[in-house]
Amino acid sequence: MQDEPTPIELTRAVADFLRGDIAPMISGHNAFKLRVAINILDLVTRQLTLEEASDAKEVERLASLLGMKGSVMELNRVLAQRIAKGEFDLSTTGLAEHLWQTTMDKLAIDQPNYASYRRELARDKGT
Amino acid sequence: MEEKLSRRVGSWYRGATGVVAAEKLSGGASQETWRFDIVHPEGNFGAILRRAPDGHGAAPSRAAGLNAEARLMQLAFDASLPSPRVLHVLTPEDDLGVGFIMQRVDGETIARKILREVEFADARPRLARELGGVLAGIHSLPGTQLPELRRMTAAKELDESERDYRNLNWPKPVFELALRWLRDHDPGPPMEATLVHGDFRNGNLVIGPDGVRAVLDWELAHLGDPMEDLGWLCVNSWRFGEIDKPVGGFGSREELFAGYEAAGRRVDPTRVMFWEVMGTLRWGLMCGGMMQRFREGPDHSMERAMIGRRASETEVDLLGLLARRGS
Repeated sequence: MQDEPTPIELTRAVADFLRGDIAPMISGHNAFKLRVAINILDLVTRQLTLEEASDAKEVERLASLLGMKGSVMELNRVLAQRIAKGEFDLSTTGLAEHLWQTTMDKLAIDQPNYASYRRELARDKGT
Repeated sequence: MEEKLSRRVGSWYRGATGVVAAEKLSGGASQETWRFDIVHPEGNFGAILRRAPDGHGAAPSRAAGLNAEARLMQLAFDASLPSPRVLHVLTPEDDLGVGFIMQRVDGETIARKILREVEFADARPRLARELGGVLAGIHSLPGTQLPELRRMTAAKELDESERDYRNLNWPKPVFELALRWLRDHDPGPPMEATLVHGDFRNGNLVIGPDGVRAVLDWELAHLGDPMEDLGWLCVNSWRFGEIDKPVGGFGSREELFAGYEAAGRRVDPTRVMFWEVMGTLRWGLMCGGMMQRFREGPDHSMERAMIGRRASETEVDLLGLLARRGS
């Protein structure tokens, strides 16, 4: 077992430093590159925070959809094959809901400000 | 660069005495874009050079090639479509590689500015319809005058998309669903194959307060279904947050279609929808492709890496198109 601070705390500390102390000091193309770097650290922080729980739920849904056990990668490969072969489609019970939930969990890490994600999120929350 | 351009500028721009203020705007391994000013006794003239430097003449398989791009821009200009005038196609004597020089059109290409800044407020509501008219003009350019271009069909585009997806070797059930849907909804060959711009969207359009000033970047031009350009323009990725205005964040499909039909061409909305789904998937695959290039080098940039994490944006959009949830 590793000691603290956690990776999440570390990436967040670096991102905060770059955002608060370094960003105001630079301009031009390097400022653009720095923004990209900060975005990357923020993404990594979100992934470290959210991935374990969302993957566990995804595996649970996949196991029930496909009737088999496996890793998140193995089960996604099987699902992809079944869709490609036409064995699974949008009329398959639970498939649309699974794909929506899985995609929403990806966006929550990748691009939480993407407008169509935010609209779907508001729909989920019933607001 | 200035020296090389200055040496020959008099031969293709009457009365020019030299070239100043040359500045590289963008440059990948295979293509560069430069801006510069032509010095003339009656006043300087803004110009752009697009070129493939020596030794990098070979174009990627989907690219039309710089000579074809120059020809298409000139045809568009001659047909009074918003297009820069081509001033010169490079020859070996120029010693600048393969490429061409065109008039620099003032205006804005950055979507976020066009969609938000006040100077474009009057133009914005008119743009969807105006772009329909421009596309109809492009699709009406006479086939006999076009350069040699690759011929594409929905089926070929699908095969290429499927190959690109399999090459990623990373399971994406939403992309599988889209591929399946596209196979099931392939509209077949169009009634009439025309010139297709291939990348007609925010970023490749120069916009001024008065409207569309120029269509740029004909790199992906080909012959095929004209509805492809309309569908690609509606892909959510080019709306930059204005998601209820499908045409580049400017307006409705109905306005786009009305502008297109007012210019004397017919719209097939079912085909447009097919190409919007195809375009959304293609942009997702392009994001994946850029991630692969980041991994394999030589461009090991953070930007490329991050674009790989934008593929999921197209997944939420594909689900919105194919598996819409109740509102």
